[in-house]
Amino acid sequence: MYSEKVMDHFKNPRNVGEIENASGVGTVGNAKCGDIMRIFLDIDEDGIIKDVKFKTFGCGAAVATSSMATELVKGKTIQEALQVTNKAVMEALDGLPPVKVHCSLLAEEAIHAALWDYAEKNGIKIEGLEKPKNDISEEEEEEDY
Amino acid sequence: MKKMIYLDNAATTRTAPEVVEAMLPYFTEYYGNASTVYEFGAKSKEAISKARETIANSLGAKENEIYFTAGGSEADNWALKAAAEAYKGKGKHIITSKIEHHAILHTCQWLEKNGFEVTYLDVDEFGVVKLEELKKAIRPDTILISIMFANNEIGTIEPVKEIGAIAKEHGVLFHTDAVQAFCQVPINVDELNIDMLSASGHKLNGPKGIGFLYIRKGVKIRSFLHGGAQERKRRAGTENVPGIVGFGKAVELAIASMEDRSEKEQKLRNYLMERVLKEIPFTRINGDRTNRLPNNVNICFQFVEGESLLIMLDMKGICGSSGSACTSGSLDPSHVLLAIGLPHEIAHGSLRLTLGADTTKEDIDDTVDAIKEIVTQLREMSPLYEDYMKKNH
Repeated sequence: MYSEKVMDHFKNPRNVGEIENASGVGTVGNAKCGDIMRIFLDIDEDGIIKDVKFKTFGCGAAVATSSMATELVKGKTIQEALQVTNKAVMEALDGLPPVKVHCSLLAEEAIHAALWDYAEKNGIKIEGLEKPKNDISEEEEEEDY
Repeated sequence: MKKMIYLDNAATTRTAPEVVEAMLPYFTEYYGNASTVYEFGAKSKEAISKARETIANSLGAKENEIYFTAGGSEADNWALKAAAEAYKGKGKHIITSKIEHHAILHTCQWLEKNGFEVTYLDVDEFGVVKLEELKKAIRPDTILISIMFANNEIGTIEPVKEIGAIAKEHGVLFHTDAVQAFCQVPINVDELNIDMLSASGHKLNGPKGIGFLYIRKGVKIRSFLHGGAQERKRRAGTENVPGIVGFGKAVELAIASMEDRSEKEQKLRNYLMERVLKEIPFTRINGDRTNRLPNNVNICFQFVEGESLLIMLDMKGICGSSGSACTSGSLDPSHVLLAIGLPHEIAHGSLRLTLGADTTKEDIDDTVDAIKEIVTQLREMSPLYEDYMKKNH
């Protein structure tokens, strides 16, 4: 069901954990639909993401997308991190099954939420960053029987 | 290949070697069509009769009340749709429960779209249908009650005898989906007032692709599949002779071993539940602790998501299943776990382990050890666990 890359990131997730006194923390998703992601960012004075950690409650794809997302933003500038879309995360993982695409959206949201938190803490505005939604849509196609 | 510990016997079972052996000649030697005139075809016909007799005897039913189908889902579809059709003159109301298998629930939804009304009964925290609610739900236009014998996810055994008595008293047909219970617990259709019963071969070490619907004599439901005159003109299609023979053999073996097997499985099941509860915190057992199928264990691990748990168990060669959303193909966790009142986040962390005749104590110990390690690991990366620990320590 999952690509080798997804399985690799699930089995050996990168950057699991938390950062004390993080520059920004973002938590997205909800337990109701079974996925919660929390991303911690350590951003230096030059706006470079020096370190990133995550904690995720969720399925294999949720763990793998969190792991990949942290890899993709590590060492990047804030503007570069904003370019890490769910599509980029999915591509880096060699794709996800259709029912798991929402996990990659969640990863993108988590990074945005952490950046938003950083911006709020520092009273700055990040170009192109919108206030993140807290919940990922639970909409589901109605099947016909 | 590394050692596999198979604890998903509610999903399907290994076809017993004796069953395969009994089936083989009906592929290669006695392949005749049972509907033919010549002697060769009669071999197949005899084999079908013998299997039918074994199955009928196991339920206290008559041979001409057993109708072979392609499996449990077909039997469920047939029972509901054909009974609805046959009895719609009397009324268009059907009663079932919220924890039925999808073969029942989705058939009921289809019937609702076709002019029938369905009441879905609530269950209590253990998954037992509320009998008072059942009595209240019966109306003059109620034609059918369909309640499963035992639940496939949490193993809870329903009060079938009481339901049968209530149905009989009100002159309503009673169907039970016994796919999980058949050959796991004793069933007598007369004592329990069962009018129709669905069962499947592959849940009891028989082959896949074969099941039956028991229809009590006098119940007027007719054909579901139209065509030839097989199965007393009620289920057309050339008989799956090897499947039927294998099913018969599997029932013969399962009935003979039921008492010993149940006792052994129950002991191991209880041992598994006790170890998990004692050794892993924030854990709960779903379903009734004692009134459950002998081989079923269903556990929720708080702060952990079921699919992750399953993949990590699989990496250690352990096969189980979960009621988490990710394993159901939707965003909602199991309807059964929600019906017994579990919040979504807890229901996502469920694990079902179903033992088989070959399961050993060593398997259980290895499994519990693996679960302990995995749950600890997953909790360490769970933001829910982090929040909980920060709040409470």
